[in-house]
Amino acid sequence: MTGEPVTITAYADGPLLVRGNAEILDADGKIVPRTRRTVALCRCGLSTIKPFCDGTHKAAGFRTDE
Amino acid sequence: MTRRGSPLVAPRVLVKGLGFPRVAPHSASVSPALSSPLPSTLDDDDAVLPFTPRGPVSAAVLTHLVDGTDTGHTALAELAVMASVDIERDDDLQLALFALYASAYGAFPAFRADLEWDPSLITTRRMIETTFERSLRRTVEVPELPAPTADAVSRALFALTGRDAGPSLSRYLARKATLDHAHEFLVQRSVYTLREADPHSWAIPRLTGRPKAALVEIQSDEYGGGRPDRVHAALFARAVRAAGLSDAYGAYLDDVPAVTLASHNTMSMFGLNRRLLGAIVGHLAAFEMTSSIPNRLYAEGLRRLGFGDDVCEYFDEHVEADAVHEQIAGRDLAGTLAEDHPEMLPDILFGAAACLEVDDRVGRHMLDAWSRGASSLRTEDER
Repeated sequence: MTGEPVTITAYADGPLLVRGNAEILDADGKIVPRTRRTVALCRCGLSTIKPFCDGTHKAAGFRTDE
Repeated sequence: MTRRGSPLVAPRVLVKGLGFPRVAPHSASVSPALSSPLPSTLDDDDAVLPFTPRGPVSAAVLTHLVDGTDTGHTALAELAVMASVDIERDDDLQLALFALYASAYGAFPAFRADLEWDPSLITTRRMIETTFERSLRRTVEVPELPAPTADAVSRALFALTGRDAGPSLSRYLARKATLDHAHEFLVQRSVYTLREADPHSWAIPRLTGRPKAALVEIQSDEYGGGRPDRVHAALFARAVRAAGLSDAYGAYLDDVPAVTLASHNTMSMFGLNRRLLGAIVGHLAAFEMTSSIPNRLYAEGLRRLGFGDDVCEYFDEHVEADAVHEQIAGRDLAGTLAEDHPEMLPDILFGAAACLEVDDRVGRHMLDAWSRGASSLRTEDER
């Protein structure tokens, strides 16, 4: 999997899905532990488990341009 | 080696309730409404089925599945499906169908493996599921079909699953549920969740290309991504054990009402019938889309009641996991399947709507019972 390019895919009205061997760093440069191969990053700013998505964007009516 | 003819060892009483004395409730720490799992001396005895029949059809089906005697269940089922007022809430028929599907899953070692494709058992299964499917197609309201594009299908599924369905089980769990309610909730969930993800896995070999890759991406996560301790069913088993309940599959089957069996039978029927491929895909999309936010509320309620991380981990995991899965299920699975096979679009929407309807019934059943100060589990009188 290491040789594969990382992809970040925007999902309409929802999060960004990260596939591949990307390291996610917090504001202090610390690695955010990843427990699954594909993760969803919050795009609406309302998630309670940031940087990951928790589905809250749906209840909040978050809309994107895609 | 087969077990046909006279067995060398006389068979034990194999079906609980058919000649086997009922056991008394086991633990004071959980709701007294729960019937007990089998006593520990029999807990690991594969020959004993942990649940009892609910009428003539399920009794005949269970006996056949266990000891191979053709008990005339097809004729009984034919009469029963005609006589049933509402097959979706019929205890005897839903339990019979559940058992027939359990044979395919291998859920109970007491069911003989060589009977999986027994023609008369398959005939009975077809008879019950045909009527069940027809009934669901009549009662489930399917929304207007979107264009068969991944984007439109995904949006339509999110719109369908985002509708306010009235009183919410998860909000109740978060704020009001008692300890007994929480235990009942775990018991009602255990029928599916101790075998979480399995009904949808039947679809994998029937899909090709993009939707296949998407389903495997979801299922791989459901099954722990290569880590046995992260398999979602194993996380749930840990949660129920930590809550003082049994994680033996079927231990509480006698406690759950027909609507709970019907919820599981819906996904098994969709999963096990190739012609319903669109429906199982739609079912998974709706299931995932109604999961992350409720699971956050379940975890909140369980912590309010004093449960620890050992119980809540399963629910915490699903907040993050299902926020990923719902995106993949909407666009990459259901959406691309509709692009590749527009003829499946009506069943994708039907499967999603059926998921919401049958699961909502289970939720309403619990909320109705609790609002009356009653248990959502079957009483002794109902058995």
